Amino acid sequence: MAAIKPRIGVEYAGNATIVTFTDEKILEEKDIKALQESIMYVIESASGGINLILDFGNVRFLSSAVLGLLIRVSKRIYEHDGKLRLCNINPKIYEIFKITRLTKTFDIYKDVESAAKDLSKSN
Amino acid sequence: MTSKAPNSYSMVVESRPSAIVGVCEKILSKLEGNSFSKDDIFAVHLALEEAFLNAIQHGNKMNPAKKVKIDYSVGLDRIEISMTDEGNGFDPESVADPRSGENLYKPEGRGLLLMNSYMDVVQFNERGNSVYMSRCKEKPYLTESQSQTQV
Repeated sequence: MAAIKPRIGVEYAGNATIVTFTDEKILEEKDIKALQESIMYVIESASGGINLILDFGNVRFLSSAVLGLLIRVSKRIYEHDGKLRLCNINPKIYEIFKITRLTKTFDIYKDVESAAKDLSKSN
Repeated sequence: MTSKAPNSYSMVVESRPSAIVGVCEKILSKLEGNSFSKDDIFAVHLALEEAFLNAIQHGNKMNPAKKVKIDYSVGLDRIEISMTDEGNGFDPESVADPRSGENLYKPEGRGLLLMNSYMDVVQFNERGNSVYMSRCKEKPYLTESQSQTQV
């Protein structure tokens, strides 16, 4: 059986859930849908508001469709009184966030540690 | 000696999201062959993905019977791409700025902004079903005599 792509890794650290994108490129519509379903499942599975950190450390390329996914994910998290932090975004991908001004919408941190530290302070 | 003159190519693909993969492979390998930088390749890749998604979603309405035609030429210092769908077209001026107001929180509408940001020229035909994009190399190729003149 073929591996299910794109994959995500899920870890727990303190009060935070860390979801890591494991693929370098997130492009295809079906992959983005699958990714969204996986992340939504993590959000829905949490008891109460989730503190979610999305780790982009492996991601080297994405399209605007992924930005749409992030907006949908953030709305779902806030509906559940949770918090979302993005981190480990490489400079080329960060440029896409800057151009689209999503740097104003999302809380972006240098790495998982700084994002987790911020979440631990806010609880 | 390998010819470095601009070459023009054309291909027609189906309105499937995965069809862009082969298109990108062909075009981006030619950019690599002409020593375009990683930044140039990233920019063209992104513009191709966004333009193709627009063409099949908004243009061809995901109708598998409708095709997308891609014409491109890769020169030493510049790439030019035209992408044409079989849809009714649209007015690019009517697209709302995704960076302003509540649009910032909408999940869609950023493709055109990214195309404009990463390519030097983005122009639609009058009908709005064909987009022409070009980008010049960030560090242009200079002949030996040009290099000496610049110093």
